[in-house]
Parts: sequence; C-alpha cells; structure tokens
Amino acid sequence: MARSKSKPIFWGLFAAGGTVAAFLAPVMILLTGFLLPLGVFGPDAFSYERMHAFAGNWFGKLVLFGVLTLFLWHFGHRMRVTLHDLGIHNKGLAVVVCYGLAAIGTVWALVTLLSI
Amino acid sequence: MQPTPRKPFSRPWHNDWWLHKRTYALYMIRELTCIALALYAAVVIYGLGRLAEGPEAWTAFVAALRGPGFVTFHLVALVLMVYHTVTWFQLTPKAMPVMRGDDFLPGHYIVGAHFAAWAVVSLVVLVIAGV
Repeated sequence: MARSKSKPIFWGLFAAGGTVAAFLAPVMILLTGFLLPLGVFGPDAFSYERMHAFAGNWFGKLVLFGVLTLFLWHFGHRMRVTLHDLGIHNKGLAVVVCYGLAAIGTVWALVTLLSI
Repeated sequence: MQPTPRKPFSRPWHNDWWLHKRTYALYMIRELTCIALALYAAVVIYGLGRLAEGPEAWTAFVAALRGPGFVTFHLVALVLMVYHTVTWFQLTPKAMPVMRGDDFLPGHYIVGAHFAAWAVVSLVVLVIAGV
C-alpha cells in the first residue's frame, strides 16, 4: 500500500490480510454462501466426515487459523485507521476496540479449531 | 517580535465529509469492506464450532446457511469483498512499481497479473472443494 503506520506490525498484518482476503475471500464466500448450502458439488462434498477430515488434521487447522487470523487483523488495523476518518479521534479507544476485537476473534478461532 | 494570532485558523471538519463527493464515498465504502470481512470470519469460526459439536450440529449449520439471513449476508459480503479485491489489485502498481529499462512497467500488466492469479487461485480452491 502507499502508506505505512507508526506501528509496523499492525500495518504488516493489515497488508498480508488484505492480500490473502483479496485472493481468497470471494471464492470462500461463494462456497459457504451458495455452493455448500445448495449442494452444488453433491451431498458428500461438505459432509461431516469430509469437513472433519480437513479441519481435524493439523494442516487444515493451520491453514484455517492463518487465513482467519489474517482476515481479523486486516479488519483490526483498517478499522482503527478509518475510525479517525469517521470523526472518532479518541486514539486509545480506537486501538483498544479495533485490535481488541481482532484479538478476541483470534482466540475464538484458536479455541474452536483446537476443539475439532 | 511577532504577535501571536488572535484567532488561529482551524479548517472546518464535518464528520460527513465523505458523503460530499462520490470519490470520497467510494473510498469510505472500500475501507468499510473490512467489516464484512470480519463478520465473514466470524461466520466461518461459528461454522467450525458447529463442526466441532458433531454431525447433527454440522447438518443443522448447513441447513441454516440456506436461510434468508445467511444468504443475504453472503450476497452482500460477496459484492463488498469483490470490491475489496478489485480496489486492492488496482493499487498494486503503486505498491510494487516495476522498472523496465528507463521506464516503469505500465500498471495494467501488474494489475492484470493479479487478476489472472486470482482466477487461478479461485479455480484451485473450487476444484479442491468439489473433488
């Protein structure tokens, strides 16, 4: 992107998350929103057994955790910066709310994936 | 010695500044697509949680995805995330300028390469999901 931030780690996660989201989000939404519930690939494509086989092994969990975490921290940083544009100038509040939500989502994803 | 200004100039700011011009509004929509992304991540994590609960819960989740709420959400999220993808790729020539001799490579090559890669990645994901 054309600009950086004073906290480069958050900007780095924003950039990586934005790139991964740009490539993966549309096709994922297509899958979970339409192809999966409509059974376009047949009744077995997203059966419990097949989904559990993917999300149950460490590789699937790693991929899912990586993608979901990047999505969340892309949101965290982008929302933090945009709050200023929207007239909310309390920087501390913006940081806590935006990165806090991303952190909560990350923990939620971790706990969920570990429980599969 | 310079006297201090009696009334320093403060540029007027209105919180709806981005509604005043089309380009500003499109910028704000672009930025706010990240909300759709976060909500979608939440949906996926929720679905994975249902998967963890067992076969009945998973079947119930897939059935719930057919409901109007989830379908509408996915429709809106798809439009917004495609907008994110397009605008993100359009910025890549600025983020990664490529020199060809003395000149920069025209931006549309870089943008085009990203769209081509996006098509390939999407196809690969669909094939993996469907097979």
